[in-house]
Amino acid sequence: MDMNTLVLILAATVAAAVPLIFAALGELVVEKSGVLNLGVEGMMVVGAIFAFMAAAETGQLWLAILVGAVAGAGMAAIFGFITLSLMANQVATGLALTIFGIGLSAFIGQGYTSVALDGLKEISIPVLSSLPVVGKLLFSYNILVYLAIIAFVGIWWFLYKSRSGLILRAVGESPSSAHALGYRVIRIRYLAVLFGGAMAGIGGAYLSIAYTPLWAEGMTAGRGWIALALVVFATWRPGRVLIGALLFGGVTIAQFHVQGLGVEIPSQFLSMLPYLATIIVLVLISRDAGVIRLNAPASLGQPWHNELH
Amino acid sequence: MLRLELRPAPSRLMIYLSPLLAMALMLVVGMIVFTILGQPPLKAFHAFFVEPINDWYGFGELLIKSSPLALIALGLAVGFRANIWNIGAEGQLIMGAIAAGGVALWLHETTNAWILLPLMFIAGALGGMFWASIPAFLRTRFNTSEILVSLMLVYVANLILSWLIHGPWRDPDGYGFPQSKLFESSAILPIMMEGTRVHAGLFITVLALIAAGIFFRWSLTAFQMRVAGLAPKAALYAGFKQKKMVWLGLLAGGAAAGLAGTSEVAGPIGQLLIPISPGYGFAAIIVAFVGRLHPVGIVLASLLMALLYLGGESAQMQLALPAAVSGVFQGMLLFFLLATDVLIQFKLRWVSKASVGAA
Repeated sequence: MDMNTLVLILAATVAAAVPLIFAALGELVVEKSGVLNLGVEGMMVVGAIFAFMAAAETGQLWLAILVGAVAGAGMAAIFGFITLSLMANQVATGLALTIFGIGLSAFIGQGYTSVALDGLKEISIPVLSSLPVVGKLLFSYNILVYLAIIAFVGIWWFLYKSRSGLILRAVGESPSSAHALGYRVIRIRYLAVLFGGAMAGIGGAYLSIAYTPLWAEGMTAGRGWIALALVVFATWRPGRVLIGALLFGGVTIAQFHVQGLGVEIPSQFLSMLPYLATIIVLVLISRDAGVIRLNAPASLGQPWHNELH
Repeated sequence: MLRLELRPAPSRLMIYLSPLLAMALMLVVGMIVFTILGQPPLKAFHAFFVEPINDWYGFGELLIKSSPLALIALGLAVGFRANIWNIGAEGQLIMGAIAAGGVALWLHETTNAWILLPLMFIAGALGGMFWASIPAFLRTRFNTSEILVSLMLVYVANLILSWLIHGPWRDPDGYGFPQSKLFESSAILPIMMEGTRVHAGLFITVLALIAAGIFFRWSLTAFQMRVAGLAPKAALYAGFKQKKMVWLGLLAGGAAAGLAGTSEVAGPIGQLLIPISPGYGFAAIIVAFVGRLHPVGIVLASLLMALLYLGGESAQMQLALPAAVSGVFQGMLLFFLLATDVLIQFKLRWVSKASVGAA
């Protein structure tokens, strides 16, 4: 394999990892606040169709990204209301959100399945982008790729270096103690859930206006679920989320290149790779029950209401 | 402003009322959505909820769709009662259909339906159970989330089916379409109601219903699983066998989904192709919840969900709305149920602004 192919594969890996980075980092913040939202797939797919519609109707890709984020947050608001204000089971509500999101996106996206779109273009920085190797590897992605990196740094800083991040984590570890200290548990969790929705929405928008600029029913293809698995795999740490997402980007890209190498495997088996890889990494990380118990936010998934505790 | 206040004891009335309330809310919001879409609400209501079942054939279609939904939901309820979340029933359904279809294609020279069909159902149940045993094994052995594993396996099952009908099992005389040969008549379930497509698969659902009723009512294991779901710590201290519950919860759902998949391919479809199911495995999750994880409730909820499927198809033909509107209604129904369930533990009370400030 020559240098050029390798650079192309690495760049493609990054491009495939970006939707997972957005969705998984968003879910990480949600789970750090003690809330488990299994509706990532639904929020992503709704973000994807709304962003696509906005792009197709206005041609403004920046607006489309924003619309995707707002749509994802809107979905998250439904989840937040039912689980936080009405204290419903988070697992069931998250599932409902995914089922609803897949139905809703198919419903409103009906007229957009054959619409062509000028997708988000790669940036081009004078000199830098045309450098050999580094130019392709670092300076030739579309703007959302860089936004994903900024989001990662921002979230890492927020969680571990800011006072608000400390409060958020405290709410996730012990909502009752945080409440006793005077913090608004439900409000903080709402903000986390909305942020997670917006991030999933941007992840979906990336798919429909940048990665493959078109709309197809169910085009997220389980990426929302993989993002959920990534958070567990990363033992709730942003740095490992980033590494995990790149790993999965690599697995996704590998399936195209294995065939290119002339290996005779039916394409369906190669398409299984990301799903099988998800199962394998989940097994590896959860094998040791202590790792999960030590790292998972202590109140994850449990409804909380100040009259119940 | 409205405030929630903890009830001294859960309201038994609301346990039964909240599914009805959820249904009513879904209808109201649905009508509003139809109006926004420029459809006269009453006409839309008629097209969605009345038109599909106002004749004998339509009633049969309702049974055809509710049967797999109820069957799978009964199986899932076994696990859900103990907080074991098998959400991959769709994949287990596909694997059941593949196993049953494999038997039908392999034994295509068997002309005796009394031999072939039972074999297909056994294979179907085993296929579904095999697929459910993967998350069960990984959960009990490696503590891996059965939610994510069972869901991932849905995609894998779909890809296996896709490979089979594009490759080794593709009908050589099928003009290149990705589908298997049509099954012989000995592998097709007989029609049970004249003038409809209702087939003998309905019996399996009825049998499962009776079995589930007996199991939930009289089995000690079922009681332990209920306790484990409602009070996990109590179950732990009482020394209930957690692993056994996980296996049972997942295998019951897998077997039910596998049987449902068999009924589909040996019923209206009559061959292997994609898709085998319009998302029955996922819709059954909603059926299980709306039916309160109780056999009678599940039957009622399955009829409602089946009507939503038929309504979507009818809305497509009569109102030119996308059939995906079914999914929107189904999701809404579960949202409203989960939301109104708050009234089981809490009551709503008007509180004046002043007293909120004082509190």
